Amino acid sequence: MTFQSNDPSASVLLELEDLTTVFPTRRGVVRAVDGLSFRLRQGEKLGIVGESGSGKSVTLLSILRLVPYPGQVSRGAVRFRGEDVLSKSAMEMRQIRGRDIAMVFQDPMTTLNPAFLVGEQIRESLRIHQIVPRSNGFLSRIYDPLRKAAEYRRVWGAMSDVGIPVPEQNARRYPHQFSGGMQQRALIAIALACEPQLLLADEPTTALDVTIQAQIIALLEKINREHGTAIVLVTHNLGLVAEFCHNTIVMYAGQMMEMGGTDAVIEDPKHPYTQGLLRCLPQVTAKRDKIYPVPGLVPDLADLPPGCPFSPRCEQVIADCSGDVPLKQLADGRMVRCVLY
Amino acid sequence: MRAVKILERVLITIPIMFGVAVVVFFFMRLTPGDPVDIMMGQAGAVSTGEIEQLRREFDLDKPLYMQLWLFLTKAVQGDLGYSYTQKRPVNELIFDRLPATIELAGGALFFSLVIAIPIGIISAVRQKSLVDQFSMAGAFLGTSMPSFWLGIILILLFAVRLGWLPVQGRITYGINLEYVTGFYVLDSLLGRNWPALVSSVKHLVLPSVSLGASVAAIVARVLRSSMVEILRQDYVTLARAKGNREFLVVMKHALRNALIPTVTVVGLQVGSLLGGNMIVESVFSWPGLGRLVVKAIFERDFPLVQGAVMIYAFTFVIANLIVDVLYTYLNPKITL
Repeated sequence: MTFQSNDPSASVLLELEDLTTVFPTRRGVVRAVDGLSFRLRQGEKLGIVGESGSGKSVTLLSILRLVPYPGQVSRGAVRFRGEDVLSKSAMEMRQIRGRDIAMVFQDPMTTLNPAFLVGEQIRESLRIHQIVPRSNGFLSRIYDPLRKAAEYRRVWGAMSDVGIPVPEQNARRYPHQFSGGMQQRALIAIALACEPQLLLADEPTTALDVTIQAQIIALLEKINREHGTAIVLVTHNLGLVAEFCHNTIVMYAGQMMEMGGTDAVIEDPKHPYTQGLLRCLPQVTAKRDKIYPVPGLVPDLADLPPGCPFSPRCEQVIADCSGDVPLKQLADGRMVRCVLY
Repeated sequence: MRAVKILERVLITIPIMFGVAVVVFFFMRLTPGDPVDIMMGQAGAVSTGEIEQLRREFDLDKPLYMQLWLFLTKAVQGDLGYSYTQKRPVNELIFDRLPATIELAGGALFFSLVIAIPIGIISAVRQKSLVDQFSMAGAFLGTSMPSFWLGIILILLFAVRLGWLPVQGRITYGINLEYVTGFYVLDSLLGRNWPALVSSVKHLVLPSVSLGASVAAIVARVLRSSMVEILRQDYVTLARAKGNREFLVVMKHALRNALIPTVTVVGLQVGSLLGGNMIVESVFSWPGLGRLVVKAIFERDFPLVQGAVMIYAFTFVIANLIVDVLYTYLNPKITL
């Protein structure tokens, strides 16, 4: 079955409304995510782009309610299939995690548990959510070889889906016996084992070689196409987003700076920050005489300037930038947080 | 494959034991004081003829290399010689006392792990909570308190003042126990001798606590810090993201990895539990190997000290072997 790539009639799967996640620190409360709102439709691929510390990863962790202590969601709502995630009980939350919403992390070397076999780690997702029912036997509660065999068949299936060769053998290997690309495939197999509706991918290719990156992205593409899994891809690589995502959000200092269809954002960036990011992108085909970095450093979240957080680094800064800068909707439906519009 | 590797490690103990034998042989003879002189000094009024006769009897008249050769050839045959002072074979003396020492070390290890593992886990999970602060303060106290002092305080409180537990010894005088292994707790279980079991366990409690307190403190601290470290790992977050219950996240995904450094520390502590309990044995009049060895050192009873040190070394090597094997199960990256 092939899903329509960016169908506006598809139902909304995930909706964030004014999501704000804070971390109390000694120097005051830090807003890692600051009033973020967006909608994700079924089967949609959404890219979230930004520098380190822009709140991309915390956004994903907030959706799963896995923000590390002492951080917490202080405001806003996360609705998954129309249900408020933030008000769910711990048990309901556990049922969503891994089964409906799965996550792939940045660094495969540290994300697989070194003490367990790869196959067991994939099978664990199946076991937690009881994907394969218990067989009827007398002792099936404690010893159920039929169920285990059925689970392993699914593990092997998931492994070959993500392109791990000879799954029967590789399932009996430990993570350290895998290469980085294979580890990331195994992690994707863990995420896909329960066939989730939503996959949160937190920089899934950053730790990998370029050729492996392309393979992993092709794999995510295939998953989206064949299973209709919606994907949120968090990355700092605009090229990746351009290639992969229907829609793109540009984040800076926890705030959404720009949101729109990927093609529009890439071809006609509105926000000076997006423009800066695109200028940074080295191009293989066009030999340019100069690289244009965005001047300045990633801001200190505990000490943000008033108004637009990007204003100290912005080349088009005007007096209004230090005032309140609301998110505006442009004629083509795009959202931009900048006083120039 | 693993079995072959384990056998290899067992075989390596042979050169280790040989080295231990040679070193302990020379060190004993380097210590000032002559065994016959000490014995004669205690007896008083002896002729040089008698002294010469004793030297011959103990082979002390032979050159050093001959003595070493005799010691080693006999040791290979499993004969550790004949005690100068106790007039009994060293083997017999050691195997009379060794079970008591091992039982005490086992009791102390059991106590310390039962205390330390839950405390280490809870303190790490509830970092900076009241439980954590209290346990880490307690752990600090545990490492700082000398075991003999703790032993005396425990006797005063639980044996003298409250009268809950016995003051000293391994079993109440008058209780009949058939000795099979020499481990009283095990023997009374084997013989279904309930009064003896109660008595021997009661006798074991205070010495185990005073010997195990410092071990518990060390293990709790190590486990806590490695748990704190592990709980921050990405794979723990993944375990949560899979939908695991928090209990399983901690007990399966985190603990399994946190045990790796902990097992190393426990393995090293086993050595100190076996070899470092002379003082606790003295405080509780525990008839173990430690007290026997201390006495033998003072009397320059060469064969007895040599034999006991070799037994200590052997148990230590075996304890480390067990740790290494356990390690390969916990950490798949390591093979024997």
